[in-house]
Amino acid sequence: MNELLLIVSIGEQRVALPAAAVESVVELDTLIPVPRAPPHVAGLSALRSRVLTVIDCLRSLELGVSDCSEGIREAAVVELDGHHYALIVDVVEDVVEAISDPSPVRAAMEAGWERASIGMVETETGPILLVDVAALISGAEARAA
Amino acid sequence: MDDLIADFVAESREMLEALGGEIVAWEANPDDRSRLDSIFRFVHTVKGNCGFFDFPRLEALSHAAEDALADVRAGRRQADGPLVSAVLAIIDRIGEMIGAIEAGEGIPDGDDSSLFAALEPGAEMTAAPVAAAVVEGAGRSAAPRTIRLSVELLDRVMSTVSDMVLARNELARRLRESSTEVSVDGAFERLSSIIAEMRDAITRTRMQRIENLFVALPRMVRDLSAELGKQVLVDIEGGDVELDREMIEMIRDPLTHIIRNAVDHGIEKPADRLKGGKREIGLLSVSARQSGNQILIDIHDDGRGIDGKKLVEKAISSGTLDKAGAAQLSPREQLALIFEAGLSTASEVTAISGRGVGMDVVRSNVERIGGIVEVDSKLGEGTRMTLRVPLTLTIIPALTVSIGSHHFAIPRSAIEEIVRANGDSVTFDSLGGAGIATIRGRRVPEVALADILGLESQVRPEERNFVVLRPAGGDLYALAVDRIHDHEELVVKPAAPAVMATGLYAGTTLADDGSPILLFDPAGLAQVGGVKLETHERAARVAEGPAVDKAQTIQVLLFRGLDGARRALRLAVVDRIEEVPAKSIRKAAGQLRVQLGDSILPLAGVNADLPKDEKVRVFRLNDGTHEIGYAFREVIDLSALERDVILSDNGGEVSGVTLIDGEPAELVDAHWLFANHVGLSARSGSRKLVCKLPTADSWMQNMLRPIVEAAGYRVVGDEYEGQPELVIASQGEKVKTDPSGRQIVLRPEREGDDQETIYRYDRAGLLMALKAAGVGGGK
Repeated sequence: MNELLLIVSIGEQRVALPAAAVESVVELDTLIPVPRAPPHVAGLSALRSRVLTVIDCLRSLELGVSDCSEGIREAAVVELDGHHYALIVDVVEDVVEAISDPSPVRAAMEAGWERASIGMVETETGPILLVDVAALISGAEARAA
Repeated sequence: MDDLIADFVAESREMLEALGGEIVAWEANPDDRSRLDSIFRFVHTVKGNCGFFDFPRLEALSHAAEDALADVRAGRRQADGPLVSAVLAIIDRIGEMIGAIEAGEGIPDGDDSSLFAALEPGAEMTAAPVAAAVVEGAGRSAAPRTIRLSVELLDRVMSTVSDMVLARNELARRLRESSTEVSVDGAFERLSSIIAEMRDAITRTRMQRIENLFVALPRMVRDLSAELGKQVLVDIEGGDVELDREMIEMIRDPLTHIIRNAVDHGIEKPADRLKGGKREIGLLSVSARQSGNQILIDIHDDGRGIDGKKLVEKAISSGTLDKAGAAQLSPREQLALIFEAGLSTASEVTAISGRGVGMDVVRSNVERIGGIVEVDSKLGEGTRMTLRVPLTLTIIPALTVSIGSHHFAIPRSAIEEIVRANGDSVTFDSLGGAGIATIRGRRVPEVALADILGLESQVRPEERNFVVLRPAGGDLYALAVDRIHDHEELVVKPAAPAVMATGLYAGTTLADDGSPILLFDPAGLAQVGGVKLETHERAARVAEGPAVDKAQTIQVLLFRGLDGARRALRLAVVDRIEEVPAKSIRKAAGQLRVQLGDSILPLAGVNADLPKDEKVRVFRLNDGTHEIGYAFREVIDLSALERDVILSDNGGEVSGVTLIDGEPAELVDAHWLFANHVGLSARSGSRKLVCKLPTADSWMQNMLRPIVEAAGYRVVGDEYEGQPELVIASQGEKVKTDPSGRQIVLRPEREGDDQETIYRYDRAGLLMALKAAGVGGGK
């Protein structure tokens, strides 16, 4: 039984999130900023009466800042330690089946990706980077600390 | 009581059942420590419960088994075969008796001596179980229809219901936005009411009667009083009040501690009570009642009471309070000192209450759950402690505030008051970039929420609102916000770790409009805002003069006096500059005084004629406790004192001359000013003057009282037994005056010329009279 992967693109990179970790894909409209929170926490949003902590994946991967000003953004909702997070991504593409276990990426990746990477998995459309949801949520600062 | 017995039976049965396996295992291996422990726990619990329910036979049995097992646990005795059998026989007998109680038959009489004998060390295996004197209850009574649930499960249900309420709110909002059919609305209404009902029911499952907390008290008090050689009668009321079970656990320790204190330090020994004209038996009453969404628990003893003066002395000697601060404390504040760390009036620490847990811990524990402890005491008559705690932990009443378009919530329990920046009673000063707000004479640190959060405030500083906060266990501070919105009851959830890590927030929640909102942690805000919370309120109560500059250079204010002389005054003593009409300067009670707002200050600096019909500018000087006015013509500049001061030979208002900006200026001696002017007013700062107002006169209480208090009096009512310095009465009323005390008589009509009375809306006249009375009375 191979793992299902949610293919998203972050910073113009196609990457995979473990589909089992993703509860739903939503479009965020409101975003309430959290002053003083780490920069990769874009803010709070509400989904079906739940509070979502919105994570800017670009920021978390140190690739830049997502532009949240123009309203609707796509995001993947995940749960970690009882808290719900929305991971802002550029586009949610597809769900595919992994045909291999993750294997280490031996090529040199950018620091942000290196930190969040679980490894490379094979799919029918070619190799893709599997990303650790927890690493995206904790962001660059938590690791540095 | 029946409920409690049923609980006891259920609990014992449960333990017995669980113990079944343990007993067998222990029999096989008597050295097994963990089995021994669980059996010990069982007999121990039974013993404790029996003491309460008055089942002497059961108690004796469990006590004997407990003793024997305690010996084994302590290594004084080996768990040999005979002992194991004897203990098992006792457990069986306990089981039989519990069965009898359950069947409603009560404990039958019987002889357990053979069982006790079998427990004795070295007893032979003769204890062939004596034919059970207990008849097995024929036909078990139907078990009550109850089940036991784990609190976690209940919490989950509770949180799901909270979610449901929020989902309902969102649905309601959506329905309002889109036009819907009446039938949909009707169905929704029905859903709403069902959800509300369900929330109620679920909330109640978490509720427990406070009785569960109270049942242990009589026993505890009995043991304590026996130990201390006192006689105490406990009176418990309101056991049926329901409270969140979590909350019950949270107040268990504080309550226990307060009761220990009451018995140990409050209630006197019988002989002392008789001497004091009281009944030998002390009365300790504990009562609970619900008031709004709070539960009030009163613990009242008729003991010796708390000596506020002694507390103050202790506080001074331990350095938590300075003398000047002590003088400002009202009797209530003196009593509140008992909550300070390291203070206790008991001269010796006893084993009962002096266990290193002070009332300060009690207070911080109660405040942590959003509650309050209050104390009230009359020396010789008793002490009343009141715990106020919220009903539940999950729903928090909060105030929503905003900075620009950002909304936040502040827990209402931490809010002391809300003031407007442009109100009369509030002034703001900036000291080295830090804000200090003076609210009715009280200095509190001020921080702008916008600055803490790094947000742009869209409101000019003078239009902001201030929320005065008292974080749990901390000191007051004022938080400037743009706008204040609504009170809301919020279902608060913990926020994500990254958000909590900021230290600013206590959780998140959804506001009624469905948008997320962050709830602040007032202590965290203060910390991030750089407000020091260690100092307690007393320090803030005594308004200190503005801080002296840290740098070596002394800042002075260069001005021209009324006589045209160039003078300088140290900036630190100048509170602010005010402009008053010349007519508000009068000679009264022996010297010139100026009326500034509601206060009348001695006026210095009048060394030339006052400009007629013009405004006079006055410095308001402050030495920390007193204020005086200093009239001047104009301010020249702010400058620093750099050159040497050539001291004046004869002391006086001018202490010396120096060159400032190339020109000589006279340096005004602020000390001399205060020494001469405040000295005249003779208001010894050590004690507030007492003014007596008729308690029943609502005009006096509502209209006059604030003015009298602002003039520095402590207002008392008819019941005051001491000698007030001043009595205020209405004309025509009979007032018993004392030749030494002064009085002001007010007349209702404006007309009337006699010198004895003052028209009651003649504010200036009143203020003058108050001041004059203060001068006379203080001597």
